[in-house]
Amino acid sequence: MNTCQYILAFSNNTFVSGLFYSVKKPLRNQDILFGKRNGGSLLKNNRHAHGFSSSSVRIKGTNHSVFQPVTATVAPPKSHRHVSTSLSNSVQQPMTLTEKILSKAANRPYVKPGENIWVNVDVLMTHDVCGPGTIGIFKREFGENAKVWDPEKVVIIPDHYIFTADQRANRNVDILREFAREQNIKYFYDIKDRQNFLNNPDYKGVCHIALAQEGHTRPGEVLFGTDSHTCNAGAFGMFATGIGNTDAGFILGTGKLLIKVPATMKFVFHGDMPDYLLAKDLILQVIGDISVSGATYRTLEFSGDVIAQLSMEERQTLCNMAIEAGGKNAVIPCDRTTREYLKGKTQRSFEVFQTDSNAHFYSHREYITHHLEPVVAKPHSPDNRDLAKNCSSVKVDRVYIGSCTGGKTEDFIAAARILKDRQVKIPTFLVPATRQVYDDIYRLSIGGQTLAHIFEQAGCIGPAPPSCAACLGGPKDTFARINEPLVCVSTTNRNFPGRMGSKEGQVYLASPYTAAATALTGFVTDPRQVYDFDKQHRSAYSLVDSFV
Amino acid sequence: MKPKLGFSMTLAIPFRICTPQFISYKCKPLSVVPFQNIPGLKRRTFHKGSTSCSAKQMDQVSKVGKKRNGDLLRGKVFVVGDNIDTDQIIPAEYLTLVPSVPEEYEKLGSYALVGLPEKQYPIRFVEKDQLHTTYTIIVAGNNFGCGSSREHAPIALGAAGAVAVVAKSYARIFFRNCSATGELYPWESKEYLVNHFRTGEEAEIDFGRNVIRNLSSKKEFELEPLGDVLPVVDAGGLFEYARKSGMIPKQS
Repeated sequence: MNTCQYILAFSNNTFVSGLFYSVKKPLRNQDILFGKRNGGSLLKNNRHAHGFSSSSVRIKGTNHSVFQPVTATVAPPKSHRHVSTSLSNSVQQPMTLTEKILSKAANRPYVKPGENIWVNVDVLMTHDVCGPGTIGIFKREFGENAKVWDPEKVVIIPDHYIFTADQRANRNVDILREFAREQNIKYFYDIKDRQNFLNNPDYKGVCHIALAQEGHTRPGEVLFGTDSHTCNAGAFGMFATGIGNTDAGFILGTGKLLIKVPATMKFVFHGDMPDYLLAKDLILQVIGDISVSGATYRTLEFSGDVIAQLSMEERQTLCNMAIEAGGKNAVIPCDRTTREYLKGKTQRSFEVFQTDSNAHFYSHREYITHHLEPVVAKPHSPDNRDLAKNCSSVKVDRVYIGSCTGGKTEDFIAAARILKDRQVKIPTFLVPATRQVYDDIYRLSIGGQTLAHIFEQAGCIGPAPPSCAACLGGPKDTFARINEPLVCVSTTNRNFPGRMGSKEGQVYLASPYTAAATALTGFVTDPRQVYDFDKQHRSAYSLVDSFV
Repeated sequence: MKPKLGFSMTLAIPFRICTPQFISYKCKPLSVVPFQNIPGLKRRTFHKGSTSCSAKQMDQVSKVGKKRNGDLLRGKVFVVGDNIDTDQIIPAEYLTLVPSVPEEYEKLGSYALVGLPEKQYPIRFVEKDQLHTTYTIIVAGNNFGCGSSREHAPIALGAAGAVAVVAKSYARIFFRNCSATGELYPWESKEYLVNHFRTGEEAEIDFGRNVIRNLSSKKEFELEPLGDVLPVVDAGGLFEYARKSGMIPKQS
């Protein structure tokens, strides 16, 4: 009987499931909420979920009973609680996409928002910033010689502080390597030669994009990552969210996590996507509408004709910034585009869920997409939205195109489209998210000119070795870090004070089109001012000459 | 795997470096210390002047599990506004510090809230060149802890010496990390309290009555009960709670 099994036993105890929860009213009310609410109860009908098996097995030689892992959903009878006995539902209750994924992961036929459930984890991702801390907790709690629950389900991706002389940062990658070796971790995208990243055959770069490109993001699955932008993977019709080191350490030992089922907020994008808009404009629009806490603890579910026409990279941009609205996760249903993308990236089969047409939503917001315009998020908050054209008097010191949010291949195609045959007026830093994006920049071309050449001719700085780089500042020698009071227009995801380095730095979040347009003028610029867009939306790959 | 140390010893001292074994330290040679001058081997700092080689224990630097004594928590208050994000709580450049290493845990504390802009917050949470804060309680507005999932955020605040946050609302990952790490009591206030307290005033949180009292203005404000979060932070975080409540075996 090892510690892992004890933890599972502990985790299956109904009392303990209240661990994370702040009870608003006295316990007798049994109103258990996970974490904090925002502006009132988010649970309209707060049923109490107790899906734990009451069967127990006495362990030889101990006084401990072990509860079987959760498979059944018969709740222990308690007179003052409302008991949800899902097994008695002979007719399937409607569920949203997220609820279906979670119910599968919890081995239950039905879950509803507000319920606390134990889910089986399909993938746990960590990187160089949070990995060492997570590993420390895992070893401390499960033992120096403990083994992770499944070495093929842990994906370790160094990406944050890689190309730096900072010794602690370098040491942190060493820690990951040692752990990967000792645990036989199958997916560890190592880097050893920092001087020439091309010399590292395994190194990928930014974790969220690497997860997608390496086929780890599969519809219907549950992914946790020690990074807030893990919600990026919701673009693949899966449940993906960020957690801290302690939770991740727990998963390493047990392969499970206790979470609360989030309510779903529905966002539907109708109409036509104008050629001058990108997914970044859509998500900045949403965050500006609902605020940085507008989706706290909830799911953002995106649908509509416009969404269905977005590429997988654009869908990721949309889901990536769900956390900036406080969201727990974002999700876009899997469709043909998703399957096409995944072909050749993963051999595994996956399960595709759809939201039921009569499912319950926390809120419903509709957009007529062709009424929207390019927007920016002004300093110092991602919800400080304004139209790009309203900010045309803002003088800008530099432009940054990179990160999981805005440093993917299509983001660079978009930037190259604007910059082709033109010169930037201000320093324009390019950081591809992954090795593959870097290679694409040299491989893809527009009008016979590779993206790399377009950028070079335009006077851009880069492409730099792929990593998170200056999106979050980082060690002082990080490429493109803002070290003085500068105004920067960036395709990244946050602009709180000090986000990219200096506290006096002012960061405007924007789409790659807006960022490139700004580079051409030196002022915040609506891309329509400097480029003649088409009447019909042009997808990124329709812009490039050809691709293999 | 033993940590690699460069040193020469004439005495065979069976000491144990109480840091994660996978970290190798490059230390300057130790001066030989007579055996009888090392009363508790585990607790000694073996190397003068270089923190990278000292053998601190977590319980020397951390108060997790021992955050309060009785129901009354009294201390100075530090007031912040809305949407204090994790980059302001602990700027990303300090995330190379690994919280499970005692020396780095301490250093994290010294940087707590260093990301707050000086113009809005001329009084700093941790004075320059200090390791700890003089403020026990943080009073905040909405959406405290928004942004990243980094546990370094509640850990830095706790390592610095903060014991409780009283906010109008929290971001979810931060709230979860507070109880998982056992670093902070994440109280939710019923009212918006930012205008009812000033940085430097004394306050007292009554854990029995779920109120916070401003000892200068004598006004009292209701708090939402911590509920099941309370025993977890009292115990010292998720895993400690599991051990103390008998759910998982104590470590030998």
